[in-house]
Amino acid sequence: MFALVHLVPGDPVRLALGTRFSQDTYDALRERSGLDRPLVEQFFSWFARALGGDLGVSFRSGDTVTSLIAERLPATLTLAFASILVALVIAIPLGTLSALRPRSIVDRIATVLSQIGISVPDFWMAIVLILVFAGTLGWLPTGGYVPLGEDPGGWLARLVMPAVVTGVVSGSVITRFVRSSVLEALGADHVRTAQAKGLPARQVFTWHVLRNALLPLVTVTGVQLAYLLSGVVVVEIVFSWPGLGQLALQSVEARDYPVLQGAILLFALVFLVINLVVDLLYTAIDPRIRR
Amino acid sequence: MTAPVLEVSDLRVRLRTPRGPADVVNGLSYTVGPGETVAVVGESGSGKSVSVLALLGLLPARVATVTGTALLQGEDLLTMKPERLRQVRGPGAGMVFQDPMTSLNPVLTVGKQLVEGIRAHQDISKEAARRRAADLLGEVGLPDPDGALDRYPHELSGGMRQRVVIAIALSNSPALLIADEATTALDVTVQAQIIDLVEKLQADRGTGVIWITHDLGVVAGIADRVLVMYGGRCVEDGTVDDVLEHPAHPYTRGLLGALPDLAEPAVDGVVPDLATVPGTPPPPTDLPKGCVFWPRCPVRGDARCEHEQPPLAVIGSSAVSLPHRAATWCTEGSS
Repeated sequence: MFALVHLVPGDPVRLALGTRFSQDTYDALRERSGLDRPLVEQFFSWFARALGGDLGVSFRSGDTVTSLIAERLPATLTLAFASILVALVIAIPLGTLSALRPRSIVDRIATVLSQIGISVPDFWMAIVLILVFAGTLGWLPTGGYVPLGEDPGGWLARLVMPAVVTGVVSGSVITRFVRSSVLEALGADHVRTAQAKGLPARQVFTWHVLRNALLPLVTVTGVQLAYLLSGVVVVEIVFSWPGLGQLALQSVEARDYPVLQGAILLFALVFLVINLVVDLLYTAIDPRIRR
Repeated sequence: MTAPVLEVSDLRVRLRTPRGPADVVNGLSYTVGPGETVAVVGESGSGKSVSVLALLGLLPARVATVTGTALLQGEDLLTMKPERLRQVRGPGAGMVFQDPMTSLNPVLTVGKQLVEGIRAHQDISKEAARRRAADLLGEVGLPDPDGALDRYPHELSGGMRQRVVIAIALSNSPALLIADEATTALDVTVQAQIIDLVEKLQADRGTGVIWITHDLGVVAGIADRVLVMYGGRCVEDGTVDDVLEHPAHPYTRGLLGALPDLAEPAVDGVVPDLATVPGTPPPPTDLPKGCVFWPRCPVRGDARCEHEQPPLAVIGSSAVSLPHRAATWCTEGSS
């Protein structure tokens, strides 16, 4: 990862200084940021400091990388959790309905909708939403972000469209998983035992079908959440959402190595943590996994 | 004789399959009295399981069409409203399924699975239901019933799980217990324990039992009456003694011939081969026009065998109330 960042052509110092500068300033800045030293040495010094929580200083703004990331984190967390909420609200009922009546009209419509959701590009959906709801109807602002504490109404208004766009994409993927896992759970022998016990249909469904279909649902939701948390670059750009995806993109453009490395490190951590949480949830859901 | 617990007449099940409609059960009629055990025997695919699943409405309605009548304590199961049918499942008829490895929900505790069944029919507190559940587990011979309530199915052996399934089936004191190959997946000693258990519970409570099996050894041990199924039809029924001692239908004779006989000595160390019934049961999408067994029948002793379906006719009896009947044209010289 470190090597990849440095392999990207372009000189950060040159970009930071602009078009007119003297060779002395250039050398001085290069030395100050440690870019004149061998790559291996650069890596180990960065790694050692990263372990202590010091991710370095941005070439571009001079702020510490940790402060830059901390500044963007609330926006990303907000969008990610709102999106996954939208996704689950779409996916669980739709996937379940499809599974309960396989090959019915409902199932076919759900299949087509989720295929559209998966294949439509998110930036296109974002632009259409902006045109309709911010442009023509004028109901929602076109983009931006205000913290919840400052203006709850504005926070919600600005959150709706990006959350719907990313939620629809994730929800379409999750719908397919819900459909297949509910379908599988429905066919299980123990569902018949539950029916033969004389349980009400709803109880059979909640405790013997849905409860057993949770495992694959948790897995795919975890993957989707990790993806959302590592920043949905395109959607963040379209809605001027100041999240981590936007930060990562900006740091690539500026060859701002410390920020980019910090962001990528964070994304890797997010995946690790989410996988851990998913594994822990498994043991809560399925007693057979407990040991 | 008291009123029967279950009175099935002309039960027919047609399934929709990709290869066209399949007539899986074709006009089955029988009764089960209180405290009586009726064994239903036949090969795989003879319609045994489907015929009992149809009684309790456990076949998917989208693919199965069930006709006929099935009076459980005087009420027709097949025309019941869904809510009434739900109330009958449990207190009216309890069911034990074939494979204890899959018939319990793996993610719920044994206690939860028992308690929800009890509370679906009895208006009692969770604590009371748990006490009742522990009593039931004790009754079916599970060691440490209180501890078992908090165990998950995978923590129990196959025999123990089947006891749990039986406890669930008995939890609402059903008038009828349906055991669908309940001991097939278990080893022989456990099988014997389970059979003893059911017999004991039956004696205590006067429950009517339908015991579906393909194991004729079990039939001889447990049943009062036997119903032999082939191609979705009853080909022979009667008391255990009548059917097993004097089988009239060539199919029943074939089944009995396929049993190893421990009394038959090995000649010069050579164990005699088991007789088999050659061929396979007819596909339910394409049943023979005449006797269902005709394509495999070694006898074919009558001109009508191929073209005319033989009725289930009384061929004699050892008990007046329980006639011995067989659906075959070839009865001469057999009983």
